[in-house]
Amino acid sequence: MTEFHPLLPGLIPLLPLLGFLGNGMLALVAGVRGAAELRAGAGAGKEKLGELAPPPWMRGLPSWIGPGAIGAAFLLTLMNFVGMARSGLEAPAIVRYWDWISTGGIRIEAALQLDQLSMIMMLVITGVGLLIHVFSVGYMREDPGYARYFAYLNLFVFFMLVLVMGASFPLMFVGWEGVGLCSYLLIGFWFEDREKADAGKKAFIVNRIGDFGFLVAIFLLFTSLGAVDYAGVFGAAPELLAYGGSTATAITLFLLIGAAGKSAQIPLYVWLPDAMAGPTPVSALIHAATMVTAGVYLVVRASVLFALAPAGSATVAAIGAATALFAATIALQQYDIKKVLAYSTVSQLGFMFMGVGAGAYVAGVFHLVTHAFFKGLLFLGAGAVIHSMHHALHATHKDWDAQDMRNMGGLRHKMPVTWVTMGIATLAIAGIWPFAGFFSKDEIVWYAGAARTGGYGALFTALWGVALVAAVLTAIYMTRLMVMTFYGSNRTGEREAEHLHEAPLVMTIPLSILAVLSLFGGWLNVPASLQESVFGGFGLLPMSDWLERWLEPVTELAQEIHLSHAGGYATASPLGGGAVLWAGIATGVALVTVGLTFRSVSKRGIRPASESGAPVGVVRGLLYHKWYVDELYDRVFVRPLLGASRIAWRWVDQILIDGSVNAVGSVFKALGWFGSLFQTGQVTTYAFVLTLGALAVLGALLL
Amino acid sequence: MTLQLASSANLALVLLPEIVLSVAAMVVLLASVRIQKAEADATDRARSLGGLALAGLLAAAVANGWLHWVSPEGEPGMITLDAFGLFANWVFLLGAALTILVSFPYVARQGLQPGEFYALILLATVGMMIMAGTTNLILLFLALETMSIAAYVLTAFHRGERKSAEAGIKYFILGAFSSAFLLYGIALVWGGAGTVDLREIAATVEAGAGFNGLVLAGMGLLGVGFAFKVGAAPFHMWTPDVYEGAPSPSTAFMAAAVKAASFAAFLRVFTEAFSSLYESWYPVVWWMAALTMVVANLIALTQSNVKRMLAYSSLAHGGYLLVGVASANEIATASILFYLLVYTIMTLGAFGVLMIVSEHGESRFQVEDYAGFGASQPLLGVLFTIFLLSLAGFPGTGGFMGKIFLLQGAAESHLWTLAVILALTTVVSYYYYLRVAWYVWMRPAPAGALAAWAPVSVTAVLMGCAGVLIFLGIFPSGLLNGALTAAHGLWLRGLDAGLSGLVR
Repeated sequence: MTEFHPLLPGLIPLLPLLGFLGNGMLALVAGVRGAAELRAGAGAGKEKLGELAPPPWMRGLPSWIGPGAIGAAFLLTLMNFVGMARSGLEAPAIVRYWDWISTGGIRIEAALQLDQLSMIMMLVITGVGLLIHVFSVGYMREDPGYARYFAYLNLFVFFMLVLVMGASFPLMFVGWEGVGLCSYLLIGFWFEDREKADAGKKAFIVNRIGDFGFLVAIFLLFTSLGAVDYAGVFGAAPELLAYGGSTATAITLFLLIGAAGKSAQIPLYVWLPDAMAGPTPVSALIHAATMVTAGVYLVVRASVLFALAPAGSATVAAIGAATALFAATIALQQYDIKKVLAYSTVSQLGFMFMGVGAGAYVAGVFHLVTHAFFKGLLFLGAGAVIHSMHHALHATHKDWDAQDMRNMGGLRHKMPVTWVTMGIATLAIAGIWPFAGFFSKDEIVWYAGAARTGGYGALFTALWGVALVAAVLTAIYMTRLMVMTFYGSNRTGEREAEHLHEAPLVMTIPLSILAVLSLFGGWLNVPASLQESVFGGFGLLPMSDWLERWLEPVTELAQEIHLSHAGGYATASPLGGGAVLWAGIATGVALVTVGLTFRSVSKRGIRPASESGAPVGVVRGLLYHKWYVDELYDRVFVRPLLGASRIAWRWVDQILIDGSVNAVGSVFKALGWFGSLFQTGQVTTYAFVLTLGALAVLGALLL
Repeated sequence: MTLQLASSANLALVLLPEIVLSVAAMVVLLASVRIQKAEADATDRARSLGGLALAGLLAAAVANGWLHWVSPEGEPGMITLDAFGLFANWVFLLGAALTILVSFPYVARQGLQPGEFYALILLATVGMMIMAGTTNLILLFLALETMSIAAYVLTAFHRGERKSAEAGIKYFILGAFSSAFLLYGIALVWGGAGTVDLREIAATVEAGAGFNGLVLAGMGLLGVGFAFKVGAAPFHMWTPDVYEGAPSPSTAFMAAAVKAASFAAFLRVFTEAFSSLYESWYPVVWWMAALTMVVANLIALTQSNVKRMLAYSSLAHGGYLLVGVASANEIATASILFYLLVYTIMTLGAFGVLMIVSEHGESRFQVEDYAGFGASQPLLGVLFTIFLLSLAGFPGTGGFMGKIFLLQGAAESHLWTLAVILALTTVVSYYYYLRVAWYVWMRPAPAGALAAWAPVSVTAVLMGCAGVLIFLGIFPSGLLNGALTAAHGLWLRGLDAGLSGLVR
């Protein structure tokens, strides 16, 4: 065992930042050129517009800078990973750069923390990020904002790395806000469409609500513990915060608001489905693999605090379970392929929350990693499908929706690689052995049933039931997606079908790599209970329990607190039976569900979107309209706020001016003040209010 | 070097920045007469006179920098030499310089008399510097009037424009009204405490020697006067009208520097003279802060005129700063100073872009007029976005650090509710700032829209502003330490004056 020396850790986030600067410059140059040519072309007429095609380096450079920066960061991360794995690091390695915020009471350094948890996150961010960047080269090739796209994407990776590598809560907050900004920019990337730009705004505002909770939590930490860096907080928390005390609970609940905002949990999930307006690789990277898992990362990072607050943990689990079920029901009735995946993401994030809420932090991270593989793959696959559909529809100028699954069908013949890889991902997310999702989801469900955290045993039993139902629903909606997209006969139209084609290599290679990871990713952490059974290949798997052991230094303290106060986990499920039995039941049920759904959806006569009406029936309608939550929020929050704003404006600044001018004016005239001198009314009103205010101040001081 | 304050020649040295600036103002006026005769064209006139004014500001800055090295000895008179005043001077000088720098094209294009315009800015700055440095209420009043009268004229500077004239007269009448409150407050304090010197007032109040009721009433009226100047609700109603009607450079100057000066004087008076009465005045400031933040942010939501939106936004920032006043501790005072500097930069930056979009005139203020700005002027679009993000308090910008420090000050004084209101109203503010950014980047320009233009010098200044904002977002410590030193001095003097004060 050698000591771990971080290898240029600052360079890991710096590389994407440099990529952002490089691509940003190119985008600016492109913008200036475009504007200049537009101005020149405005006089010359339309024939000039054809010559607006950018020079070749405008395409070539971003294609290298964008993925190159991420690739280099990935390599550097790998080298650090190897170093860390060799050293058997116990305490986190903290690399300090400069004094960031230092005032009398507090000193926060700009410092990066490398430990087992941040390392896993970095690997996912740069690894999956690299694949998605490469995919984007193909997907965005024809987009006029190519350089701008890679600039935003690189900036996103920078902030995401700051989020996971920062050694203090405020630094995490910087990354937290930054990824929100990039998400906003990328959702609104195709802003010509007003709806899409609105979606970006919605994402940003909803996220701000979550960020507000995070900020309050940071200040609570500061006042109760006097520290906001991880080392200080987790060192002081077990001594200064009482187990189950109100301070610990308050901190965790505010953290939860932040986490729920970023990770799209009830009640703040509404932005994520709308966020699908952005380019599909963005949905894969930001809204499936990385950013939305930041909430899970936050809970695991603050696991010590959550372990000290059983009520907070139970709330996390309950919200997660509710979200998992709720979003899964909506996914059942969506026709937009990306909307299905979006709700599926919300639902899977709910699973992760359930896991970390139950104290199974490793299981949460495990599902985070496998989910990054298979959901990233599903989104990229959907992107390839949409890409192809778009081309086909564009070729004949048909104005059908390229994302509506009712317009697809039979694509497996046209796009075999996409079909196979997405099929693997579907089996993985449905939780079928031996795919990655089986192991991670099973672990979460198991721990939800086995948790007994601080007298919340009954609650966790209920959550376990919810989780099982949600898992079955997952298998249903994913199979429905696969059948509607790839099976049956093609519904795109005869002439259009000729233009449907498989994606280019630059897109299918990332798909294939992710498919391999979705297949074998589960081996990372085959739990001890399954290891010796058929599910673990009778102990043959090389890496069993690896993640559990890897993350032990990070979760150790939280587990100790958990064990000493809540007494650990049950060894049997609420209905009896051990882990192996229930793993068998789960995969069996999933298989049967997939089979039955396959048959029933295949038999259903699906018509193209233009020929089908809105879904019939109360339940279907309710699900199709997403339980009318958007409408509800609009009535309850958005309109009242805007109304209050208008009222404030009218009353405070308008009615007082226009409406009561006469009344107030006459008061002034009666008083013989300058009401008679100045007829403008406004001035007298202002002066009147000023006087009233002064009287109020005097009254407050003297009475 | 040490400076014996007993000698009157040395007192003149303490006032060196003010003297330099006053002389510069006169030189600008004289030069404008000559240049008028030489019949240079409007742009050249604006440039040469503006350059002269900038040179004056630079000289004053050098003097101000030199004063940092001076340690005074002996009893100061009406003017004190302390880090607080010097720090505030930097804010005013910066505000004045940036105003002049970004408004060259505006002044030239609108045919404003550059000589008078720049001289007034310099004279107002002189008033501000004395406001921040004086420890005597009478001198404070004179300085405040020096600043205000210049501001009234700057508001009405567009003589030909009805709106500008109307705003000027409105501002003048209401300003006079509020000055009356202030003056009456000074009289009452004098009646109650028998002195107009801040530290003597503090000592009298602490000893319980004065007529407490009179002092309280006087303090209240002083507070009203300051609240009017900083635009605190419910004394804010003049602001949107005046800010909208005034020529854009004047608005920028008022929103930044005039507000900063009022806060500096507010802080000094209430820290040095009245900190032992904290329990009496803090609820009033508390309510003003809460009311200002809520009302200003809510109303800003509905504004589709960007200039008016920025006016309400400036009110909202006043509300945040009032949280610092209500917190009344060293960190809070330092955070106000830090925030004022950052706020000056980002507000002037935003107004600089506003002037470009409105084609250096008083048109095209609607948010729709910003459509396609990012496409036609990508660099300016990026800079504008940085200013808006900083105003909204986005991490990585100076605006974020400023809010963090204000929140920290509030936390030190356990003003939790105010801290929460600050954080929540900030969430609201994102909406109206981003709305403009959204138009800049995500709406196509309407057909036939003219391309906005900006001279290279203005673009360079705006780049500098954005660079400083980002720098302060990443490395705020240096500036903050300066602000902390300044705040420490102010609080120490409050305590020195015989106060047990509030050791928080």
